[in-house]
Amino acid sequence: MTGTLKPLGAERVWLWAMLAPTILGIIFGTAGSLVASGAISLLKWDLINPASWVGLGNYSQLAVDPKFLASIRVTLEFTALYVPLCIVGSLALALLLNRGGHGQGFFRTMVFAPSITSAVAIGLIFNWIYAKDEGLLNRMIAAVGLPTVNWLGDRNIFFSVTIANVWGALGEGAIILLAGLKSVPATYYEAATIDGASARKKFFSITLPLISPAIFFQVIIATVNALQAFEYIYMLTRRTQGESAMATVVYMVYRNGFRWFSMGLASAQAMILAVVIIALMVVYFRLEKKLVTYD
Amino acid sequence: MIDKIARRRRRPASVPVYLALAIVLVVTAGPFLWMLSTSLKPQADQYDGRFIPARLTLRNYERLISSAPYLLDEVLNSFEISLLNTAGQVVTCAMAGFIFAVFRFKGSKLLFGLLLATFVIPPQVALIPNFIFFSKIGLVGTKLPLWITAFLGGAYGTFLLRQYYTSIPIELAEAGRMDGVTLPGMFFRIYLPLGKPALSALAIITFTGTWNDLIRPLIYLPSQQKLTTLTVGLSLYQATYSGQWTFLMACAVLSVFPILLIFFVAQKQIIEGVALTGIK
Repeated sequence: MTGTLKPLGAERVWLWAMLAPTILGIIFGTAGSLVASGAISLLKWDLINPASWVGLGNYSQLAVDPKFLASIRVTLEFTALYVPLCIVGSLALALLLNRGGHGQGFFRTMVFAPSITSAVAIGLIFNWIYAKDEGLLNRMIAAVGLPTVNWLGDRNIFFSVTIANVWGALGEGAIILLAGLKSVPATYYEAATIDGASARKKFFSITLPLISPAIFFQVIIATVNALQAFEYIYMLTRRTQGESAMATVVYMVYRNGFRWFSMGLASAQAMILAVVIIALMVVYFRLEKKLVTYD
Repeated sequence: MIDKIARRRRRPASVPVYLALAIVLVVTAGPFLWMLSTSLKPQADQYDGRFIPARLTLRNYERLISSAPYLLDEVLNSFEISLLNTAGQVVTCAMAGFIFAVFRFKGSKLLFGLLLATFVIPPQVALIPNFIFFSKIGLVGTKLPLWITAFLGGAYGTFLLRQYYTSIPIELAEAGRMDGVTLPGMFFRIYLPLGKPALSALAIITFTGTWNDLIRPLIYLPSQQKLTTLTVGLSLYQATYSGQWTFLMACAVLSVFPILLIFFVAQKQIIEGVALTGIK
């Protein structure tokens, strides 16, 4: 886990000096804000008037607030669709890239490009692609004589936003899984070929188990990203009044905290989100022992 | 490990593989090319549905300079904030990554474990206490809250650099020590120069991540175009110039251009840096 050298003499002082920013970051940045957020969630506070103690009032208010319950539901539904799409898509892409001969570097670069560009700019293009009248997608549909679709209307927005998000994330996932694929020793496949194993058998008995740690890592990243998704949702679902047609928990935190300055309520929502994420991670790490192969 | 991957022999691919890759290319590069092509059309042609513009014009880019005078301010704001974040992350994560990779001391495992645990705590939890803190000390509306926290290390960067530093033989540090090299000497003379690939990966990832950030500038900076970042500016333009797609696409081109440029120049480091985080 950590290194092997034992610090001697003056090294002990240097060591802590070099770790000081990180330690301050853990104390104030993460642990501190978790505690502070927990404390603020017990208050009613708009930053202008003095804070007043409401105990668990914010939580009991949220427990019966249909808008908040809907936001939890839409966040979980989004995650449930986004994570499998991301994993299967990234894996397919990684397998494809791994097969590519000449020009592999070029394809790798092009596939990764969406991951590095701003979701706001991409969101802008997707708004144009999805636009109801004269949008790119609807033009293509009309050209083949089919009825056009209101992609950003209430019924379809969930899928449209998910597709845009997945599009933005596939490249990064594919690169991580590709590195996993490259680390599988070629001799395993050679041995399997001699034994007459089919391509399918090789995939399920060699590839999948051997890259399962990379897949597991990718599932964690995708889940955390899904539960915290904001940019595409902000760009694609924001309506004229600032309301969202797809208000996820993070969107609610943003609205409550920084539009209405209900700091207590927004903190309670952020705390609930943190609990959901941590609970999911516990489940994942339990499953890891059963599903992931480390050699 | 990474070098071995890069040098592995290339096999020729089959026709179906290239066909599938071509489809992937259309899907990933398509929106970018569409953006570029639309930005070069006169506004009258914006709905013509042609991929290659019938008439080419730079009018939208001229308009960008004449009717969006704050764009340059936004670009400079984005640059300033991104550079400061990059500096903060590179310096503090490299130091911590080096210590965790080389030394074993009382509490080292615990500390590293705590750092990794911060991965799963959503940044949204920190958003509100941080905002209250900066607003109480009167710094909301300034750029400081957008970069000062980058100087407090971070789980992602420290993990990435520690991974890389552990691949450097520990004998180098031991030999240096025999020759009387101090701890900072080891860091500056051995680890920093040898770790350049991972360091540049972290620098680029931090720079682009900050450049693309939306929620923090939205919260901390006044929503006046002169004072905010390019990302927020772009989301404001979307409302102001609603329906003027050729002009909006020129704005989008401008905002992705610096990032794509960095990416194409340094893509090897970025991709290998990202790949590095996934390998145990």
